[in-house]
Amino acid sequence: MPLIAGMSVLLGCQFLGEILVHGLQLPVPGPVVGMVVLLVGLMINGRVPKGLRTSGEGLLRYLTLLFVPAGVGVMVHFDLIKADFWPIIVTLVVSTALTLAVTAKVMSWLTRSIPKDPRDECREERP
Amino acid sequence: MSMPVPVLDQLWVYLSASPLLHLLVTLLAFMGASYLNRLLGGTPFLHPVVLTIALIIAFLTLTDTDYATYFEGAQFIHFLLGPATVALAIPLYDYRERVRRLLVPILLSCVAGIVTAVTSAVGGAMLMGASRETVLTLSPKSVTSPIAMGIAEKLGGIPSLAAGLVLITGSLGCALGPVIFRLVRVRDPSVQGFTMGLAAHGFGTAYSFSSIGAAAGAFAGLAMGLTGLLTAFILPPLVHLFGL
Repeated sequence: MPLIAGMSVLLGCQFLGEILVHGLQLPVPGPVVGMVVLLVGLMINGRVPKGLRTSGEGLLRYLTLLFVPAGVGVMVHFDLIKADFWPIIVTLVVSTALTLAVTAKVMSWLTRSIPKDPRDECREERP
Repeated sequence: MSMPVPVLDQLWVYLSASPLLHLLVTLLAFMGASYLNRLLGGTPFLHPVVLTIALIIAFLTLTDTDYATYFEGAQFIHFLLGPATVALAIPLYDYRERVRRLLVPILLSCVAGIVTAVTSAVGGAMLMGASRETVLTLSPKSVTSPIAMGIAEKLGGIPSLAAGLVLITGSLGCALGPVIFRLVRVRDPSVQGFTMGLAAHGFGTAYSFSSIGAAAGAFAGLAMGLTGLLTAFILPPLVHLFGL
């Protein structure tokens, strides 16, 4: 039963998120607000219930898979992309690379004086 | 698709109309892509998601299946994105102390990242001679697709194309991320995760969880949400600066 309870908490928070988005005309998706709702709930509760952790972390472990159906949707836009192919592709590659470099540099510079968590150091990026 | 034996043909018509086939195809393609990626030494240029998407598009093209039919089966997987997004609160809660400690750097880096993403996308596309509509559609490319579609619509871009460009940006981010991190010598998992979530939204977040670690995933999720929120406010005046 804890798994079902965990899943219900996740869906319940998403539901609350959708209600808030529609009620207050917020410019963000319901699940993002649902995430804030759950975070506030966890802060009040003071710990993550076991069932919620099991179902939540199970979903997050396969997060990449969950993006596949939306990703396949690119095929619908092939014609639109073809019309402005080079400007789009070059811009996306350059802009994404620049965004990654600037954000990483700025953040590591801003956090240089803050001590790092030793738990992280053992986990290196894959080659 | 036509098959020589009429019975097989009927079976295909039946199967391709039921959600079962494309649900199974999605799972098999994902397993195949993950296996292939491991076989190739986990190269970031063939990230399992990108490979899975390519495999499925190839399959759909070969079988002459349209996206709507595919989505009937795949929607069961797609639906789980909602609760998974909510679940991002769990790692965020686990790392709440570190987030609190880094609050000011987080906000400042987020603004710096958004300004870079928007100005380079808008400026680059204008220099390359893209149409005004394309430029406006490109501007919210780093933001998670539901928000990007809303922004594109408000600015006068094409919402459905915006969603497509967001997905390409996500895949590019997964491929470029590890290379860029090596180039700029950034090793801190929190910084890497945050950067991936900012530049490549949900794709970057998923990548952070699967290839960097739980802390990186938590920061990526945070960056994804924050970037979505802030871009909705920062982008319109920024695009205005370009005279659009």
